[in-house]
Amino acid sequence: MIEARNISKSFGQKEVLKNISLVAEQGKTTLVIGESGHGKTVLMKCLVGLEEVGSGAVFYDGRNFSEMKIKQRKEIRREMGMLFQGAALFDSLSAEENVGFPLSMFTTMNEEEKLERVNFCLKRVNLENVNKLFPSELSGGMKKRVGIARAIAMSPKYLFCDEPNSGLDPLTSLVIDDLIKEITQEFNITTIVNTHDMNSVMEIGDKVIFIYNGQKWWEGSSKDILHTDNKEVAEFVGTAKVLKELGK
Amino acid sequence: MMQTFSKPEKRSVFRKRIFEEIDKLGISSLPIVIIISLFMGAVITIQAAFGFESPWIPLYAVGITTRDSVILEFAPTLVSLILAGKVGSSIASEIGQMRVSEQIDALEIMGVNSSSHLIFPKIIAAVFINPFLIIISMFTGILGGLFFGILTNVVTPYEYLYGIQYDFRLYNVIYALIKTVAFAFIIASVASYHGYFTKGGALEVGRSSTKAVVYSSLLILLFNFILTQLLLA
Repeated sequence: MIEARNISKSFGQKEVLKNISLVAEQGKTTLVIGESGHGKTVLMKCLVGLEEVGSGAVFYDGRNFSEMKIKQRKEIRREMGMLFQGAALFDSLSAEENVGFPLSMFTTMNEEEKLERVNFCLKRVNLENVNKLFPSELSGGMKKRVGIARAIAMSPKYLFCDEPNSGLDPLTSLVIDDLIKEITQEFNITTIVNTHDMNSVMEIGDKVIFIYNGQKWWEGSSKDILHTDNKEVAEFVGTAKVLKELGK
Repeated sequence: MMQTFSKPEKRSVFRKRIFEEIDKLGISSLPIVIIISLFMGAVITIQAAFGFESPWIPLYAVGITTRDSVILEFAPTLVSLILAGKVGSSIASEIGQMRVSEQIDALEIMGVNSSSHLIFPKIIAAVFINPFLIIISMFTGILGGLFFGILTNVVTPYEYLYGIQYDFRLYNVIYALIKTVAFAFIIASVASYHGYFTKGGALEVGRSSTKAVVYSSLLILLFNFILTQLLLA
């Protein structure tokens, strides 16, 4: 379980996150939605420690991550996996080496065991025969899937996905959404997904948190979101025409 | 700074990274170092012969001049400035690109000390391989002087070879290598710093790369003066 308690974050005079609290449960997918520029990415960066919180704290299964020293944080980070917006694959490494990278760094696996694990992860994201390809030779969807394979290579307890569908066609987006959902349930991971894609909300959101102007504006299930009275949330949902019809 | 020079996560991976960097920063620079040194030696020889037309100056002075110019200044400083351009921009753009495409964030999320993983092997590789490049540059420069000196008929082989051996001081080579190590550290660390703290997109990566070359070149010139004052004065 991941818990954020009253976290705030400012850059200079600008307050980007205002007193946000959230709980993400194990085996479920928590979606953080909202318009661009309202603090979703900063919130995720604060949760994983890429940005320091101004006030408040983040807890991983009761462990106060915000107060930990670098060494202790590293231990928690080895339990994390993250899929970045642009996949963030290492350009100089092949798909196989990318997925195997955390295994090389933090395990004592020999080459054979490592390859077996890499192949398992790549197969799990429905990718085969891409082992020797470099990121520049992969399509956007394939990159994201290799990114997911790398994120699950160390069997993480916590999975973070930042805009997993950005730049993908609707069909590939669905594939990625399905993968995130399946992996979360299969490996009983605590997953937090940042998105502004309403299809993802309907597809994988066990819990949805709407961020508006750096504040937690609304929280509920993916079903509740279609019938909420909250003006900003309704407007956000209303931009997806199909969902608007469904709401009627 | 402390993070960069902290103990590596895994020694085998760290060792592999150092060898990769030696290849990338050093071995790949060999052709440009050889070409520059060859012509540098040639030009120094021809200029020296042109300046020493007086009958009072023996012709073997051409060999002495070429040797000392190449060893004391041209090989360590000029080649380091060239490397600051080639290697420095390559390091800054590589790390800068990793920063803007979130690859460094990906390393951090995995629990890898990104600065130590990316920067430390580059510094070790540069400090290790650059002295070899400079030694090669010295040999090639002096050889270039001999070859082009004979080709242009400004000096005889006997006089040139006599000149390069005349009053040879090993300390000059040591002085050049000390300078080289300092310059290699400057090139790798300044370029890595600018790459690591890149913010923005492709345009900023280009800016970081330019800054890395400008600042490392200026620092090389400054430290060239300081070290020369300390070691030769």
